[in-house]
Amino acid sequence: MATLTGRRGSFAATRGEIRKRRIIDRLMVGSMIAVTALVCSVLFIIIAYIFYRGVSYINWEFLTSNPRPVGSEGGGIVNAIVGSLILVGIASVMAVPVGVGAAIFIGEFPSPRLQRAVRFMADVLTGVPSIVVGLFAYALIVEPTGTFSGWAGSAALGFIIVPIVLITAQEALRLVPGSLREAALALGVPRWRVIMLVVVPAARRALLTGLILATARALGETAPLIFTTLGNNFWNTDPSRPLSALPLVIYRYAVGPYQEEHRQAWAAAFMLLAVVFFISLMTRVVFRSRYEE
Amino acid sequence: MAQPQATGQQQTERTNGAQPVNGMQFGIDVKPGMIDVVPDEEARLIVRNVHAYYGEAHAVKDITFAMRSRKVTAIIGPSGCGKSTLLRCMNRMHEEQRAARVEGQIILDGENIYDRSVDPVLVRRRIGMVFQKPNPFPTMSIADNVLAGYKLNRVRAGKGDLAERCEVALRRAALWDEVKDQLNRPGTDLSGGQQQRLCIARSLAVDPEILLMDEPCSALDPLATARIEDLVKELSQEITVVIVTHNMQQAARVSDMTAFMLLGRMIEYGPTTDMFTTPRDERTEAYITGRFG
Repeated sequence: MATLTGRRGSFAATRGEIRKRRIIDRLMVGSMIAVTALVCSVLFIIIAYIFYRGVSYINWEFLTSNPRPVGSEGGGIVNAIVGSLILVGIASVMAVPVGVGAAIFIGEFPSPRLQRAVRFMADVLTGVPSIVVGLFAYALIVEPTGTFSGWAGSAALGFIIVPIVLITAQEALRLVPGSLREAALALGVPRWRVIMLVVVPAARRALLTGLILATARALGETAPLIFTTLGNNFWNTDPSRPLSALPLVIYRYAVGPYQEEHRQAWAAAFMLLAVVFFISLMTRVVFRSRYEE
Repeated sequence: MAQPQATGQQQTERTNGAQPVNGMQFGIDVKPGMIDVVPDEEARLIVRNVHAYYGEAHAVKDITFAMRSRKVTAIIGPSGCGKSTLLRCMNRMHEEQRAARVEGQIILDGENIYDRSVDPVLVRRRIGMVFQKPNPFPTMSIADNVLAGYKLNRVRAGKGDLAERCEVALRRAALWDEVKDQLNRPGTDLSGGQQQRLCIARSLAVDPEILLMDEPCSALDPLATARIEDLVKELSQEITVVIVTHNMQQAARVSDMTAFMLLGRMIEYGPTTDMFTTPRDERTEAYITGRFG
């Protein structure tokens, strides 16, 4: 008879064996805690440092006025905040239906081969460097129209959002139990209604997470905007002309020669984090269901 | 059972001078006493030469039998004998699975539900289904769960009318007294047995003519099981019930007719009392006396 200790006929472990197990157990638990702490502390340090460097410059004028000419004191980034929101808003409106729709299509109308193919392409698309996406949007929109524009920037961000939304939505839909689909189908509900009224609502939380993830990613992207929306020092809300954006402001000010610009870059970085945080919070609040715990 | 009689189309074949109905005329291995145990005028749902497949796997092999109107028909047999698959063929749920297909005819009111012109969605509204595991919609209240058939199909009805239907369905499912004060709580807050009755109420709310139950008690404790069984007997005064169970005692307790399946074939079919006292086939006898399965 095989025993737990290796000694025949007894379940008893020797003291030495028990000590060894305890030591290994503590080591493992300890290293898990250490790794978790490391991950959390990196996030914490980033947020804390940006807060430390950025928050002191945040004031009403910074949040409500446009940039001043280079070298002069004061000025703000309101045009960049609004520009970022417009860019990401348009990108989301264009890309989210495409991503979710594709996820529904390959998840709910399954053809294994198509599913694998689409998933593979989405994986590749997430791996494309964002600067390449920017160049693509440049060639696709900026060159033919002859002008940098918010539209081009939104399109570039949209290309980045689509695969993220698609992959997270596919996972989200896959987690919806088949029994719910069956329950609705057995009631004589047509398939598209089952998807829209049962499957998607059941996956809503996970879908939202994907959406927030994608939006946050798009808000922080700099490279795809450089050749597309270019940036703008003036107030503009017209997407057919160059729009300003927070990451572009951070990029430009951070490499500028003036202390004032560096401070503004930190403050803009802080605002970018704040906007991402605010958006994810609002989405959760708005879409919270009556029945969520 | 009375004199063997033919049903539907078979009658015409018979008057055409064909042989007596015993399945031989279809060139299939149907024992006498399979379809002819149900007199013509009592046959509600007729299964004729039905085969069901999962990809290459042949799960249901050439089954022909008829369900009696306003009676409970039990389908018993060991795990994997195809009884659930056969049941799922009866409201066209089988084909919802990947690579699944059905051959043969299932006739409701003289109409083959597998006819090309038939919409499976409409079939499912007339033939309801209750599943093995209770599957209330997690995002809906108790009342909304009961009315899911209306809500998901966006049926326009007055509030009072819907409230009344909700109450009637819950009363028929013997759940009204337990939940009448908490209709707005989530359906998933109920106990397992209550959830299953909620699912039964949900099926009944759309007024099906036939109710298919796929091992409805297998996830429930004995008390909850007893309640469902009482309910099944009551329901059979108004509608035709087909229940799949691996529990022979349950079949003996609730059903009027019993079908025994083995390895995808129907071995024997007849009045429950006959089946359990004087089975004709030795395999049936072996199964119901507990020698296998």
